Amino acid sequence: MASEVHVETLAVREQFDTASQQKNASTLGMWVFLITEIMFFGGMFLAYTAYRSWYPNVFGAASRTLNATIGAINTAVLLCSSYTMVLAVRAGQLGRRKTIMLFLVLTIILGFVFLGIKGYEWWEKFEEHHVPGASFHLEGTPLQGQAQLFFSLYFAMTGLHALHMVVGVGIMSYLLYQTYVGKYTAEYYTPIDVGGLYWHFVDIIWIYLFPLLYLIDRHGPKP
Amino acid sequence: MGFRLFPEQASTISFEVDHLLYFLLAVAIFFTVLIFCAIIFFSIRYRRRSDRELPHAVHGGLPLEIAWSVIPFGLTMVMFTWGASVFFKESRPPDNAMQIYVVAKQWMWKLQHIEGQREINELHIPVGRPVRLTMTSEDVIHSFFVPAFRTKQDVLPGRYTTTWFQAVKPGKYHLFCAEYCGTKHSGMIGWIYAMEPRDYEAWLSGGRAMGSLAENGEKLFDDLACGNCHKPDGSGRCPNLVGLYGKNVQLASGAVVKADEAYIRESILQPTAKIVAGYQPLMPTFQGLVTEEGVLQLVEYIKSLGEKPGVPEGSGVTPALNREVPNTQATRPSNATSTPRNR
Amino acid sequence: MNASYGIKSWLFTKDHKRIALLYLATITFFFFIGGIFATLIRIELLTPKGDLVSSDTYNKLFTMHGVIMVFFFLIPSIPATLGNFFIPMMIGARDLAFPRINLLSWYLLVIGGLFAIFAMVAGGVDTGWTFYTPYSTSYSNTWVIATALGIFIAGFSSILTGLNFIVTVHTMRAPGMTWFRLPLMVWSNYATSLIQVLGTPVLAITMVLVFCERTFHIGIFDPALGGDPVLFQHLFWFYSHPAVYIMVLPGMGVISELISVYSRKAVFGYGFVAFSSVAIAVLGFLVWGHHLFVSGQSLYAGMVFSFLSYFVAIPSAIKVFNWTATLYKGSISFATPMLYAFGFIGLFTIGGLTGLFVAALGIDVHVTDTYFVIAHFHYIMVGGTLMAYLGGLHYWWPKITGRMYPEGWAKLSALIIFLGFNLTFFPQFILGYLGMPRRYHAYSDEFQVLHVLSTAGASVLAVGYLLPAIYFVWSLRYGQVAGANPWKATGLEWQTPSPPPPHNFEETPVVTHDAYDYSTTVGEVIEVG
Repeated sequence: MASEVHVETLAVREQFDTASQQKNASTLGMWVFLITEIMFFGGMFLAYTAYRSWYPNVFGAASRTLNATIGAINTAVLLCSSYTMVLAVRAGQLGRRKTIMLFLVLTIILGFVFLGIKGYEWWEKFEEHHVPGASFHLEGTPLQGQAQLFFSLYFAMTGLHALHMVVGVGIMSYLLYQTYVGKYTAEYYTPIDVGGLYWHFVDIIWIYLFPLLYLIDRHGPKP
Repeated sequence: MGFRLFPEQASTISFEVDHLLYFLLAVAIFFTVLIFCAIIFFSIRYRRRSDRELPHAVHGGLPLEIAWSVIPFGLTMVMFTWGASVFFKESRPPDNAMQIYVVAKQWMWKLQHIEGQREINELHIPVGRPVRLTMTSEDVIHSFFVPAFRTKQDVLPGRYTTTWFQAVKPGKYHLFCAEYCGTKHSGMIGWIYAMEPRDYEAWLSGGRAMGSLAENGEKLFDDLACGNCHKPDGSGRCPNLVGLYGKNVQLASGAVVKADEAYIRESILQPTAKIVAGYQPLMPTFQGLVTEEGVLQLVEYIKSLGEKPGVPEGSGVTPALNREVPNTQATRPSNATSTPRNR
Repeated sequence: MNASYGIKSWLFTKDHKRIALLYLATITFFFFIGGIFATLIRIELLTPKGDLVSSDTYNKLFTMHGVIMVFFFLIPSIPATLGNFFIPMMIGARDLAFPRINLLSWYLLVIGGLFAIFAMVAGGVDTGWTFYTPYSTSYSNTWVIATALGIFIAGFSSILTGLNFIVTVHTMRAPGMTWFRLPLMVWSNYATSLIQVLGTPVLAITMVLVFCERTFHIGIFDPALGGDPVLFQHLFWFYSHPAVYIMVLPGMGVISELISVYSRKAVFGYGFVAFSSVAIAVLGFLVWGHHLFVSGQSLYAGMVFSFLSYFVAIPSAIKVFNWTATLYKGSISFATPMLYAFGFIGLFTIGGLTGLFVAALGIDVHVTDTYFVIAHFHYIMVGGTLMAYLGGLHYWWPKITGRMYPEGWAKLSALIIFLGFNLTFFPQFILGYLGMPRRYHAYSDEFQVLHVLSTAGASVLAVGYLLPAIYFVWSLRYGQVAGANPWKATGLEWQTPSPPPPHNFEETPVVTHDAYDYSTTVGEVIEVG
């Protein structure tokens, strides 16, 4: 059968009949996975929303201590990385091995830049005694418990997001290696496509985190 | 006590709960019998007589499907409405209810009467009078459960919940903790003694109460020197507390809250959470200095300073009167509000 | 299946059938562990005094019974074994869409299980399977973190299984296998997968928060720091109520298969039964608050959740009525799986109808956290899911192993289980209404008679569960050899040898009929009715 030959060259796994079936399955699989991720973050978003509405003032005050400039820079970094990711997928479609590698490397670098800035921001929190724990202190409010709650959620949410970034960088590195050894062609680049979905998803989570944590109530009085 | 299938009916609500139960039982038995009989009848009548049998294919019938969706739906809506109306009654204490304060901790129930009697794992109440419980926990979640009264309410740390009942016949009834609370959960039990009003009065006067709850609260109020700032003539640096209870309070943030038990508790433990308009946030927190029981005494004292007539106090599940401030219900964490912004 | 042997060929297999068998062995192991805990609980409750074990031990027993049975037996039970084995075959596929992820999810269950077992061996955990805060986060001195981690990991196993099923059903159906030709087992497992994928992550994050709270004491659920313990209950039940449907929906799918094949008729109202599965999955997400009627949530929230809870009753009722109607003018065989199916319908009916009791606000205030609730959910989870699981296991046993189970013994054990189950749990309804609270190590004397009945029933039940374990193993060697299709069933899984070859079918089947068209399998026809 002609399709048999076709199948071999496209690395279709044995459970699939055709390459397009395999691609559909992989893409759908990633979408379903991303939905579970949304629910995963959703629990935290829910907790954050609930407490924010119960303690609007302390949360507002705590939120204003965050460094929005750094947050904005990081947002820009991530948006750029999404752009390079799109270009990598596009290069995958065209089957240009070197271009794929270039953009994957750029994406990885931007990922590291994000993580570096994030790490600096955390270090800042540590210096300012804004890390929940015995030495926690937020100036100007007697309600330390509630302020600490904000920072607990801040660390939980940004930490979880950063963990996803680390995983993302790992995936990109794997894709880079696979591209290097010539696994992907214009006919078969599904992993790059699917990896791109994941990367964009992690971006989008940040796009929500940034205003939620940094920007809402930005212009209230400082504590 | 011998073997029985139904628990004693000892409160006004228990009859209503049981009536609803009988209705549900009737429906349940009807459908169970229907299904069982149908299965038994069909499986005997249409038992396989040869392995080569092939029955006619039947693929369904819309009228039947509609019938057995709509009829059960109608029945469930009756159940819902009936159940909700009973619950509504269970949740709203009558205005003339007698107040009891409950503090739960691992693994005991501490109960206080207005008159000052304190009990542990025992509660004496008069028959024929509604009794309202205001409850809080010192540690984990507990649940106040009196099967004979068909009443149960979780008791939470950090906030007040309320429930009520009215005993209808004298007797000794189980009190259980129904929410798992650790090692001696099954030992966190006690007795409710429902007494004829006469006997109850006798019991009250026979007790070794050291002053009423409000008197103890007043003593605590003096010990903590609250009166230095909260002066009864309103000249102090802090708001006047006379006639406060049940009133709406204008806050510095512009919001209006009702001064209920939860508000007073919060103002003692988290004074800066809600600042009354026109005052400075001067008051230190009394968290850790006053026990939950002490807070309840203070609350009762402040209540005794005069209640605005005609305003029923909010129960644990009543929504706040003022819609602008949804977070003033007792169902919310009591220390649940933050510093007012424009102070 | 028989391509190669040796431990390695099993531990690295990507064949969904072998993975299903790995699951089967794993969850059977967990079932017996959980069963041992249950036995100890029932023996302790023979007498009103807490005399067999200490109260701390008792608290650990019921906690670990719940954790093991819910997360490591019931949730994976039907989807991961029967579903894993037969969903690809029923839709005419060679395997699941992601065989390696399938294997990974088994490993995750095992790793999660090892954490749970470590927690047990190291000293146990005593929070109840519900982990209510602040007890679990600030007061318990037991191995909460290890257990929470175990559940977290097992949760991902469940998510990945669900993901795999969804993608498989969407993309891998054989030519001609349209959505409305799918066997109802596939529909119900598909609906289950939706819940797994949407609900489990919320449990996972809740477990992460419990973990953080306990480790760093950050105060999310601690009222002393401004946190709200009831928020935990909302998050927990947002998953754990739908989780009930993760447990029972696949069972409903199995029952649809059994009722059809042993009455040799298409399931009455196929479309209604199929859509009711999806309806249950969707509505199941809207009712979690009915676990919180007395928790201090507002009166109106209670009313809304009670109202919505009644909506879930309707699709369940539709299923029961349709199954019963399927029997009408059928050709009914009393093979063991059918007995289990009858048992399921009966017990599920009782469990479902008592669900109407606990959804009624006024009654729930009295019966919540009592034995009434225990009886209710055991009727659903054991009377429902476990009956369906055993029914399905008997039904597909010849396909899985190529051997028949011994019919006489199987009938006997089905009967013992049915009787033992009712004797164990029916008295608990009465106990609960009388006011016996759950999770009580010692209790008041007046409850003893009913507790003794319940324990007596439990010992009958234990015999009923041991029998199949013995004769199934026996049948592997001595069972009568089964042909490809001993029941004259219609599913694609019966159109291939028993046990099936590695890629299920010699060639990809093409589907030309609706599900349950018995004219294709019953050779010489004698019409009835």
